[in-house]
Amino acid sequence: MNAQEIKGWVDSADSAFKACTSLDDLKSARLLHTGDKSSISGASRSLGSLSPDEKISLGKLVGEAKASIALSLEAATKRLENERDKKMLAEEIVDITLPVRRNHQGGLHPISIIKNDISDFFIEQGYFVEEGPELESGWLNFDALNIPVDHPARTMQDTFFVEPLESGMVLRTHTSPVQIRTMLTKQPPIYVICPGRTFRADELDATHSPVFHQVEGLVVDRGITMAHLKGTLDNFARYMFGPDVTTRLRPSFFPFTEPSAEVDVFFNGRWIEWGGCGMVNPRVLQTCGIDTNEFSGFAFGMGLERTLMVRHGITDMHDIVEGDLRFTRQFGVGL
Amino acid sequence: MRAPLSWLREFVEIPKNLSTDDIAQGLVRVGFEVEEIIEQGKDVQGSLVFAEVLSIEEVTEFKKPIRYVGLDCGEKQTRFVICGATNFNVGDIVVVALPGAVLPGDFHIAARETYGKTSNGMICSSKELGLSDDHAGIMAFSKNQVSTKDDVRQTLHVDDVIFDIAVNPDRGYALSIRGVAREIAGAFGLKFTDPVEALRSLSFVNTGKGVQPKIDEKDCASVFYIRTMSHFDSSALTPVWMRRRIEKMGMRSISLVVDVTNYVMLELGQPLHAFDRHKIKGNLHLKRAGKSEKFTTLDGQIRTLDPMDLMVTDDEKPLALAGTMGGASSEITESTTEIALEAVRFDPIAVAQNSRRHKLSSEASRRLERGVDPSLAEFASARFVQLLTENSSAQHVETAFTGEAKFPPTFSIDPHDVSKILGFEVKPEEVARTLRVVGCDVDEKKWVIDPPSWRADLVNTSDIAEEVARIIGYESIPSILPNRPLHASLTSLQKRRRVIAQYLANRGFAEVLTFPFTNQKTIDDMGFVGPRAATYAIVNPMSDENPLLRVHLIPGLIEVAARNISRGAKSFAIFEMGSIFRSSQKLETSVSPDVVKRPSADVISKIFASVPEQTEMVSGLLIGKKEEDSWQGKSADYGWNDAIAFAQEILELAHLDYEVKRSDLAPWHPGRCAELIVDGKVVAHAGEIHPRILSQYNLPARSSAFSINLGALPESEMVRPYRVGVMPAAMQDVALIVDSTVTALQVQEALMEGAGDLLESISLFDRYDKVGDGKVSLAFTLTFRAPDRTLTSEEVSSMRESATNLASKRCGAVVRTA
Repeated sequence: MNAQEIKGWVDSADSAFKACTSLDDLKSARLLHTGDKSSISGASRSLGSLSPDEKISLGKLVGEAKASIALSLEAATKRLENERDKKMLAEEIVDITLPVRRNHQGGLHPISIIKNDISDFFIEQGYFVEEGPELESGWLNFDALNIPVDHPARTMQDTFFVEPLESGMVLRTHTSPVQIRTMLTKQPPIYVICPGRTFRADELDATHSPVFHQVEGLVVDRGITMAHLKGTLDNFARYMFGPDVTTRLRPSFFPFTEPSAEVDVFFNGRWIEWGGCGMVNPRVLQTCGIDTNEFSGFAFGMGLERTLMVRHGITDMHDIVEGDLRFTRQFGVGL
Repeated sequence: MRAPLSWLREFVEIPKNLSTDDIAQGLVRVGFEVEEIIEQGKDVQGSLVFAEVLSIEEVTEFKKPIRYVGLDCGEKQTRFVICGATNFNVGDIVVVALPGAVLPGDFHIAARETYGKTSNGMICSSKELGLSDDHAGIMAFSKNQVSTKDDVRQTLHVDDVIFDIAVNPDRGYALSIRGVAREIAGAFGLKFTDPVEALRSLSFVNTGKGVQPKIDEKDCASVFYIRTMSHFDSSALTPVWMRRRIEKMGMRSISLVVDVTNYVMLELGQPLHAFDRHKIKGNLHLKRAGKSEKFTTLDGQIRTLDPMDLMVTDDEKPLALAGTMGGASSEITESTTEIALEAVRFDPIAVAQNSRRHKLSSEASRRLERGVDPSLAEFASARFVQLLTENSSAQHVETAFTGEAKFPPTFSIDPHDVSKILGFEVKPEEVARTLRVVGCDVDEKKWVIDPPSWRADLVNTSDIAEEVARIIGYESIPSILPNRPLHASLTSLQKRRRVIAQYLANRGFAEVLTFPFTNQKTIDDMGFVGPRAATYAIVNPMSDENPLLRVHLIPGLIEVAARNISRGAKSFAIFEMGSIFRSSQKLETSVSPDVVKRPSADVISKIFASVPEQTEMVSGLLIGKKEEDSWQGKSADYGWNDAIAFAQEILELAHLDYEVKRSDLAPWHPGRCAELIVDGKVVAHAGEIHPRILSQYNLPARSSAFSINLGALPESEMVRPYRVGVMPAAMQDVALIVDSTVTALQVQEALMEGAGDLLESISLFDRYDKVGDGKVSLAFTLTFRAPDRTLTSEEVSSMRESATNLASKRCGAVVRTA
């Protein structure tokens, strides 16, 4: 064994590895050039029988040769693995535009979405969300709201009554009884909104539904004025319809507010009637046992269907009430 | 309420430069929504003339009556036109549109050949001229009323602007031209002349004995006037100007006497009723009907009186449903010569009840139930006498009255409170000024407010604040946010609802909101019985189809599913969250305490308790396949197991532990229904819908549903997580053979108990039911883990054995060997 010989082993191993075209070829070449029977392995084994001087000089050469062969092997392995992977990846290309298997498309009803949206807006401002029953006591739905039995205001609302009539039970015509329940059970300051389902005996048509939803707001605190009502409505309208909308209050009449107003929103180039509002009638506060010398309040209410229709340009109420999936799915889980 | 500009101008000086739109905006600003602006005459162009009917040739060969009419239009020759109306005679004056004229609807008049004749113009009805909705015939006048030389547009007051405004219930006074004119004056600071002022000085000499008024029913009226008239000749015609005003108000001209009562009502707001005196026995009384007898009203309807109905009667019999509608028996007719005119300030509630009981809302009742100016019984009846004597031979006989006008009481205010309500400063003198605009007398020293006779609705500072703001303009109210209260959040139930809805939406469910109405057939079809079928009935449902309140959400979901399927949908999932209305309690007679003060705690809790519980549910319905079939192959059907899985996951979302048990409950398949139990209470059901229902509603086989009683779910406790183990886990598979009557859950529970505390999880990974002998094979993976060490294989084997031993002991399970 000499240096020349050793270099020859290294060179032949290197060229053998380089010539390999597959990892299997490489495996055979590796056995041949680095296996037990290979020249380099034999040389390695025979080092022990050499003289100390030869052991040092040849041992160094053999060690260097082994390292060099290992490097060649590693380079070849990397090259061939890369080639293998490249080929495999090329073979595994798919048409990723194929329709993939999916869940049915779900979604929330737009009324729920807008209800959540409005609730979040008011919660952020410190209002709690109050709720109440849909089948409601007539006293809470009417009398406590300053709507006595034979007042013309009571005929403004076509009420669904439940048998027996003497029970006075009605399907609530507005969410205002929730305001009464709140004032009867909580102490001011009160900052609440009352979203919910309401009922009026209107035929279902493009703009009316006998079953619909409202959101009402009620604030009772010290020093509350109509300016606070206007400020709150402006803020709410901008949230609902965009930062550029303006609102307008018009004198109106509701038995439970005095002064009363209609609130209009200037949206898409015209005035839209949005809802009713006013300062809580002191009679209503008195019925609920709230000291009108200390506290005053405002209230407002609007239809959710109407708000939704105006905001999203929905032209027919039927789409909102019929439960056709093609309508609902367009809204996903947010507006 | 309509208000023609020409009539308003009589009482308010409206400057010419105020446009129609300005006036409309002014009305809106003071609280009257303008529903329509009718610009009468705007689309009438070209020649309109009055013409005398010279000849009428009846053209008979057609199906309908056709007349060929010769007219004197002030031309050299007779003009002939074809006319389909028959309500005129030779000698009458009619309105003719000459060729070239254009009528509303872009209707061009031209000479044309029709019915074999040449028609040189058109005889007009008031509808064709856009003057009223009356198309009963053409407009015919007598020569006493108009002349062929008169200008049609002027004589018939064709050109006018009519505002149709909405009047809120607290502003009954604005159901009159007097009231609307005052509002316009207030809105623009214009001079207003109250027509009543001119009537105050009116007096009539009593020349004989007339009919006397009696208020028998105390408190039903404050003041009752009767003006008796004689020498009336019923051939007297309503003057054209009056007739035209009545038409502009959307009413029809009927006869002079009726027209005058209506005219005065429209002008001043006080309903009047004229009786034929000869049909009155004795005097006129106001009293309750007392018994249920038949009574024919002027509209020809035979009504059954309620004993509580307030009536105008004579000494013997009822003559009119008070304040609502007159009776046929005492009606003014062509033979009437003497008239008794009734003018009463009725109690609004009495009239409202009359109107409500008979579902009869008349022009009179609409005004009276809102409360009429109590001074008007006197002045409106005087105005009637004035107008009737001016336009007929009638003579005043006697004015008689009883009772006295009750005016709204005075009250005092602190003018500074107005600013406190409105949120901007209004100086006391400004408060006084605006209140005077609406007709109040204001004592600025003591701040005592004396509301005008027509404003019984003004009783406190809030009412005053509205009036002040209205006249100043609501646009003056600044926009200020209240001081922010501390903080708020959703309640735990509200949060839970949101999370569940969001979860279902993410899992492919579309939310629906159905009407909560149902019917007995649906309840029966679903198989609901007993308390689950009992519900409340609506007295006045939208239709007889669904007169009951729903007892479950699934029927509504089925209906929506069927609708979607009929529109082409095949596979989908839907859910609804909402209340159901099982009649858990009998509805008692209502508790209706007085509202002047807070009811006692006891009464309040009675009111709350009178409202039945309305359980809040969430239900989902799974129709067809889990996914759409596609190029990747067919999809599996939704089944009972999916419905149960959704119900379980929802309970897990709420952090609730539950037990699953077999159940048999409508509307589910009796063998494929699970109930989920939390804290010993059944809170949910899930499984396959009963095949009978599926086939009845044409839904795909195996459609499944779940229903969870949200109200019954307990609050979830704060999550207290265990420390997660980081030592290696050891898995052991066991296969057990058991009788098929043994449930997988029973075996699993035995294994879990037997395995001991170090069992981290267990899962059934195989179930084989073809073992034979009524046996099934169940294969579980048990995962063990100790918190502090790696388990030895001996430990694991021993735990597995102890698990299978308990399963053998408890469930008769035999360990299956490979």
